[in-house]
Amino acid sequence: MKVIKNGQPVDKSWTHLTDEEPSQAEPCTVSLARWLLEKEQLLKTLSAVGVRLSAADAPEPLATDLDSISLVVLDMHPFTDGRPFTQARILRDIGYQGEIRARGDFLRDQMFFLSRVGVDAFEFPEDIDLQDRLKAFEEFTVTYQAAADARRPVHTLR
Amino acid sequence: MYQYDHYDQTLVNERAAQFREQTRRFLAGELSEDQFRPLRLMNGLYIQRHAPMLRIAIPYGLLSSRQVRMLAHIARKYDKGYGHFTTRQNIQYNWPRLEEVPDILDDLASVEMHAIQTSGNCIRNTTSDHLAGVAVDELEDPRPYCEIIRQWSTLHPEFSFLPRKFKIAVSGSQRDRAATQVHDIGLQLVNNAQGETGFEVLVGGGLGRTPIIGVVIRPFLEKAHLLSYLEAILRVYNRYGRRDNKYKARIKILVKETGPARFAAMVEDEWLKIRDGMLLDEGELQRVSAFFQPHDYLELPSKDAGLEQQLLSNAEFAAWYRRNTVPHKVAGYRAVILSLKPHGTPPGDMSDSQMDAVADLMDAYSFGEIRVTHTQNLVMADVRQDQLFEVWAKLKLLELATPNVGTATDMITCPGLDFCSLANAVSIPVANAIQALFDSYDYLYDLGDIRINISGCMNGCGHHTVGHIGILGVDKKGEEWYQITLAGSSSNDASLGERLGPSVARDEVPAVMERIFLTYRDLREEEESFLETVRRVGIQPFQERVYESH
Repeated sequence: MKVIKNGQPVDKSWTHLTDEEPSQAEPCTVSLARWLLEKEQLLKTLSAVGVRLSAADAPEPLATDLDSISLVVLDMHPFTDGRPFTQARILRDIGYQGEIRARGDFLRDQMFFLSRVGVDAFEFPEDIDLQDRLKAFEEFTVTYQAAADARRPVHTLR
Repeated sequence: MYQYDHYDQTLVNERAAQFREQTRRFLAGELSEDQFRPLRLMNGLYIQRHAPMLRIAIPYGLLSSRQVRMLAHIARKYDKGYGHFTTRQNIQYNWPRLEEVPDILDDLASVEMHAIQTSGNCIRNTTSDHLAGVAVDELEDPRPYCEIIRQWSTLHPEFSFLPRKFKIAVSGSQRDRAATQVHDIGLQLVNNAQGETGFEVLVGGGLGRTPIIGVVIRPFLEKAHLLSYLEAILRVYNRYGRRDNKYKARIKILVKETGPARFAAMVEDEWLKIRDGMLLDEGELQRVSAFFQPHDYLELPSKDAGLEQQLLSNAEFAAWYRRNTVPHKVAGYRAVILSLKPHGTPPGDMSDSQMDAVADLMDAYSFGEIRVTHTQNLVMADVRQDQLFEVWAKLKLLELATPNVGTATDMITCPGLDFCSLANAVSIPVANAIQALFDSYDYLYDLGDIRINISGCMNGCGHHTVGHIGILGVDKKGEEWYQITLAGSSSNDASLGERLGPSVARDEVPAVMERIFLTYRDLREEEESFLETVRRVGIQPFQERVYESH
């Protein structure tokens, strides 16, 4: 896998465990359901914990675990399902400061929006040209709304 | 009217550049059909029966003469010399080439226009009262709020991939001319008991397959909380709106299935979390409001002797004055409605030469501005009454003075099967066949105010469910048939039409209309309008008359 984080290619890999695969002593992500069931066990085994949310999952159950988790992965399948945009926003609003990563078949054209709602990392298959993807963050220099990013809404600049 | 600063202009330029690149990637095979679809839709581009259809945003229906000239240029250069005004105050072109759409967006950007979010599952063009700012029954001009909503909703990062499209309308008058009760969100400016002005908030109205009248979820919202409350509604919708079935994905279904009270509670919960961090910026409201201050009106007498004389001596002008002009809040002025419904032409269509000529009239007679109505006509809102005769004479030469506004031939129609790939049946030829019933204006005027709305399929772009008479095209074993409804309305007394009976064949529609009109003429009492009569007597007498020989 290839990853962009904070606008830069990075080379930090995570293993995405299915609900059946045994946990390992390395950074791994698990489904929300597995996290809620095996929380204590996972914290003992894994060197770092990530949780994967499907679009239908509510992020609120993670509110009490925010310090234990260093990655939340949002599943963007299909890319037209806009719920992950709100999931990211809610995670930031409830105070989560770790990595939020988009994974799935999202389009380059959605990355600017995702970066605005709190997503700071993007996971791609190996055959993707990251330099091309990096251009996505520069498509717009003007934003009308306040969101979860540092870009200022234009009414505060006028 | 609102004018872009360099931020607004930069955003629209960047959007046009983005779409040019997206189109290039699609044509180069780097984006699949499925990937390109939501991207092009969010720039108003449909793939239609004959060619792509491009829908251009006209925010709350307001245009400058410079913009109208550009619309004429686009019609000439990229299309077949005409454009089609829609029920949501936008304009559509039916014949552009995909390769040329990026050039069209550049041309639009040069006059502070765009096609952003005119389609797709996102927040669409915010619509309003076509008499905003001049209406005699207005509490407050809604357009500054429309512009603030336009900016907030433009490229909203969280709400660009909603379960389905999302439409907001704002009205500031006592009489609702913006159909707020049939929008996903309707905002009505109201005063509370303390005399403060704020918004009554309705949600979950809409037409289409499941027509529903919106419900009030907050009787009074302070202006300062406008955007936080909208954001709360959209967040609840984005999270919980259905995505398993596109026909159940509108917010109206969520509100209905959740129950309005519980839905309102969910919105309040979300709103409490965000409202204090999202107060409407007072300076920004003042900045935007400054663009909508009254024009430099002259001090004119409320009665003009010349006009009185012209009205007495020219019956044709007098008929136009009665039907196609409305009072203005400033003495000595009237708003002039340009009928885009001359008998025998597609309702809402306008040619490039008409647009150019109208732009000149706007400059000469109406402060260089015009508005689009949701009934597919145009309004020059600020015409001096001592110049009405001149304006009428010029509009008449342009075939824009058909004195039929509000009558049976001023129909709302969708493009129908002639253009639209969703339609089951034609709309425009049916409208023209009904218009052909009226060889004299006496008959038309005798029937008075009647709203006839025609849709070519149940998606309801022609608003058939809220027509006083609604006509819906249905497919019956490959033939075009039409279902008739009576007593719908999208105004303050909003209601959904009631089905008259079995659908009728296309060639029977005019005869059915005749029977409906005659029944009304027989049953009406004194000055009663068509809608009032149907509501008083019910639809049974109409059913009996229409189906008696069947």
